[in-house]
Amino acid sequence: MSRTFDRRNFLKLSGAAAALAATGCATTGGAKARVVVIGGGFGGATAAKYIRLWGPSIEVVMVERGTDFVSCPISNLVYGGSKTMKDITFGYSGLQRYGVQVVRDDAVAVDASAKTVRLARGGDLKYDRLIMSPGIDFMFEEITGYGAAMSANSVLHAWKAGPQTVALQKQLAEMRDGGVYVLSVPLAPYRCPPGPYERASQVATYFKKHKPRSKVLILDANPDVTSKGPLFKKAWAELYPGMIEFRGNSKAVGVDALTKTVKLEVEDVRGDVLNVVPPQRAGDIAAQAGLITANKRWCGVDWRTMESTAVKGVHVLGDATLSAPLMPKSASMANQQAKICAAAVVATINGQEPSADPRIINTCYSFVSDSEVIHVASVHELDASKKTFVVVKGAAGVSAARNTLEGMYAWAWAQNIWSDMLG
Amino acid sequence: MRIALVCAAVFAAAPLAVNAQDAGGGLAAACGMCHGTSGHSVGGNEPLAGMPKDELVRKFKEFRSGAKPATVMHQLAKGYTDQQIDLMAAFFAAQKK
Repeated sequence: MSRTFDRRNFLKLSGAAAALAATGCATTGGAKARVVVIGGGFGGATAAKYIRLWGPSIEVVMVERGTDFVSCPISNLVYGGSKTMKDITFGYSGLQRYGVQVVRDDAVAVDASAKTVRLARGGDLKYDRLIMSPGIDFMFEEITGYGAAMSANSVLHAWKAGPQTVALQKQLAEMRDGGVYVLSVPLAPYRCPPGPYERASQVATYFKKHKPRSKVLILDANPDVTSKGPLFKKAWAELYPGMIEFRGNSKAVGVDALTKTVKLEVEDVRGDVLNVVPPQRAGDIAAQAGLITANKRWCGVDWRTMESTAVKGVHVLGDATLSAPLMPKSASMANQQAKICAAAVVATINGQEPSADPRIINTCYSFVSDSEVIHVASVHELDASKKTFVVVKGAAGVSAARNTLEGMYAWAWAQNIWSDMLG
Repeated sequence: MRIALVCAAVFAAAPLAVNAQDAGGGLAAACGMCHGTSGHSVGGNEPLAGMPKDELVRKFKEFRSGAKPATVMHQLAKGYTDQQIDLMAAFFAAQKK
């Protein structure tokens, strides 16, 4: 195995599988166990790195379709103007220092009986254990007209950081002062429970400075603000009086590109910028691999190891999992699940028992302005009898009030979690 | 690779049946997302690597009791037993600064 994976040599070959064959690692017939990780987000990259930390004799190949990692956390600050795309975009080269082989390709199919992953650019990658951290894909079909409106650039989700973040920022910049930004929130569970409300706050930050006659209209399918409700509402009332309107029980069922309208069950709402976040499910590759066990959306896991309840030898991390009670679909949780999984995979390969008492932390910070932050945090322990994670009694809470000290801690969290996953 | 070597040394020293999670390193790994991998903070939050064990235990318990003011640690510290605090503190104390 080559620790310094040579991309130029790699590209000369027909695909990653061929490249790994050339380094003598295409089969797992040798002494070394190989773990393949699909997806280089908060779950996958962290798992890849920690397996190498804890099991230096294990070969780790991470398959990721993107050239760079673009962070969803902090991406809302791009709209507010205090951060740029450059601040949330990182390469994967740091992982190579830990001996993780990063393959830029798209995993298109998993054969769990042959223990292979098919790559789009050709070739099959063999594995002893597979870790799948596929993130989310969208259920566009739940909102009539979404596909057409998206093609016409008339609606954005911007719920995966990247080109859509740039596009939304551009639409906000081009919107007239006095316009209405509509943010439609799907029914929970969805990726990042406080994310929509942070986004509303950041768009309001931008409007307050540059387009003070404009409005933020939140159409929420949920009855009320899903996370940190009182803290968000207080911030909105005090920092952006009259600017943010919240409407609960307002599920989007359609969008009309021509009239720039979001269709609710009982009325139509016009806007100048339509940011409609569709309902979500585990990423496509999880569906292909037969990992989805709940409501055709999420992947059930054994929480002690993160192994799929549907397919042996395959572990699932992050937003794609059927979340345990009070466990948000967050970057923090993906990071923590990745470490449970890494420890369990290393233990299993080394013939040891996985820990019976894993304990993990969630910390979600939200910026309600350029500098002021509110958090929700909790510690979760495995309840063996219920076979799920539960919040440790008394070990949870939110900020007493929004504050700038936590603005610094939120940025520290971001820097450290990025470093924890990428090297 | 310095971190990897240190970790390998820690786990090599542990009894064979003890895995990463039970050896303190696994529990302490949870702290990494705010305090850096193995406590090597890259900024903003206190580095835990190489902090004396007694100091780590004292601070953690002061967060837990509320004696030490905090924004989030008073909530998180309540999620750990004395024994778990001891394991994590031993792990961080053993890391190079």
